[in-house]
Amino acid sequence: MQSSRRAWLLSAPALIVLFVAAVGPLLIVFVYSFLTPGKYGNVEWVFSTNGWFGTLFTRDIFDDTVHLADAHLTIFWRSVKLALETTVLTFLIGYPTAWIIATRSANIRNVLLFLITIPFWTNLLIRTFAINQIIRKEGLLNTTLLDLGLITKPLEIIYTDFAVFVGMAYVYLPLMVLPLYAAIDRFDMRLLEAGYDLYATRWQVLRRIILPITQPGIVAGSILVFIPALGAYVTPRILGGGKNMMIGNYIELLFGQGRDWPLGAALSMILMVIVTVALLFYVRAASKGASHG
Amino acid sequence: MTDTGFVDVKNVVKLFGQGSAAVRALDDVSVSIRQGEFFTLLGPSGCGKTTLLRLIAGFEGPSMGQIKLDGADITNTPPNLRPINTVFQNYALFPHLTVAQNIAFGLEMLGRPKSEITATVARMLAMVKLETLANRKTAQLSGGQQQRVALARALAPQPKVLLLDEPLSALDFKLRKEMQTELKRLQLETGITFIFVTHDQEEALTMSDRIAVMSAGKIQQIGAPRDIYTRPVNRFVADFIGDINILPAKVHAGCAQILGVDFALDFQGPAREVSIAIRPEQLRLMPKGSKDSLPATVTRSVYFGTDSHIHMTLQDGSEMVARLQTDATQDNNLANGTEIAISFAPNALQVLED
Repeated sequence: MQSSRRAWLLSAPALIVLFVAAVGPLLIVFVYSFLTPGKYGNVEWVFSTNGWFGTLFTRDIFDDTVHLADAHLTIFWRSVKLALETTVLTFLIGYPTAWIIATRSANIRNVLLFLITIPFWTNLLIRTFAINQIIRKEGLLNTTLLDLGLITKPLEIIYTDFAVFVGMAYVYLPLMVLPLYAAIDRFDMRLLEAGYDLYATRWQVLRRIILPITQPGIVAGSILVFIPALGAYVTPRILGGGKNMMIGNYIELLFGQGRDWPLGAALSMILMVIVTVALLFYVRAASKGASHG
Repeated sequence: MTDTGFVDVKNVVKLFGQGSAAVRALDDVSVSIRQGEFFTLLGPSGCGKTTLLRLIAGFEGPSMGQIKLDGADITNTPPNLRPINTVFQNYALFPHLTVAQNIAFGLEMLGRPKSEITATVARMLAMVKLETLANRKTAQLSGGQQQRVALARALAPQPKVLLLDEPLSALDFKLRKEMQTELKRLQLETGITFIFVTHDQEEALTMSDRIAVMSAGKIQQIGAPRDIYTRPVNRFVADFIGDINILPAKVHAGCAQILGVDFALDFQGPAREVSIAIRPEQLRLMPKGSKDSLPATVTRSVYFGTDSHIHMTLQDGSEMVARLQTDATQDNNLANGTEIAISFAPNALQVLED
């Protein structure tokens, strides 16, 4: 009795933080998604399913016919696609990077890992503006290329999907490299010789031995990149110029100028469901991976 | 060494590092291994035996020299194109695959048909007696079982040569004895040429057809276990294999003079000073003052069960050990300080060329 009460007391601070920081706000968002939008933002305490209805459908204001809200689907699809592309690109760059780091001597390895973590020291906004400065029309990249005579007019990179893509890959690369490094560091390099000895080519050693054994790191890195990339707000805003909206930007818009908090809340919940599904996939794949670790 | 063998290593040098700081891991090594032979590379750690094995496997290339397999030059052939498989010291089993998948790996890489792979894997599992564990992950196996999987995996593609890099060193004593018998059985059953690396001289003596004793990147002696044991060519080999007594002597035709006493010796050539090696079991202990013998004083007797070791000092202060087989009817132990005389079994004296 005594000990169980003490256990509750001891875990109380953690439980309070968890409730205040995670469960509480989530509940508020959930409740708001079933209310009626106020005229100047906020909500009126009148139950309504219009927020949820609005995530998928729009009602024509003249004849009341119901259409699929294809704008929302487009935004969702664009966000998922960008998050997937970012995950793939960070993997393609991150895997060789992590391999190189993990196969260096201890001293060089520490220096390289330190370099990987440096971006975390600077605010995301500032780093994104730095990229903006490099790739904008009169930016470092264009002026250098113009001065060298390699191009005759500035490249249109800023405010394109490509700019957002590059910016996202830059921001999330460390999140991919670190779990990959951890997995490759644990990889027994003697297995490479065992593979070659058993007639495997380099490609077969990569596909049949290295990738399956480091799979837990690949899954962890992919999830760590995919989840935040799905809800990215700063990077698409600053490098995409708000031309092609991502789901994060759209939700911000609804809570701001759009003044439709219930719809914003409902879209947030849907985004969370997508993230949860991705997490479930992660837990399953990781536990499968752990059984042969 | 001039005859053409199945695996021919010719004048191989292996340097690690650059320029003057380079280390000669192998220093002009030549060895010719016959087909179907159980050949052992024996030596202390750092003698180059594992390096030689890695060169034959193809994981590393020689700095100089040539390696031939069955008449074909394989010096620069990558390991995945050599019909040679390895049992690694730490087994290096694939942790993400089951026992059966591990054994099938080499065959799959060779692109063998499914039916053949299934049949071969079943045969290999039966051969190493692991049928019941076919679908286990390798991390769930004991050391001895992992050892068997490593063997089956390396034998499944039916290589021309099987390399074994101290495969028994991680096993406990009893299991090691069992696996020694098992390995020998597999080698006879398959007829595959085995090249076995070990630092354990007893292991080498009991299993091998021939042994190459290595030290400091050089081969010191190649021969059958009996030759290596009874006729070591130099002090290193004599010392490394078993226990041995080494005494200075003056030799001339048919005779060796040790501490002023003449003993018969099968030796021709001009008289010179040499070292003479005598195995402890070749010593004969006789009563004090016997003819043609060296006087000695017992310093210690140690009982080992099957035999007793008698430690003695000779007149010049040098120490010798005799090994006497335990005899149920008689107590071999001699009291410390007992004065006796030593003689030698015929042909026991071995001249060392060092």
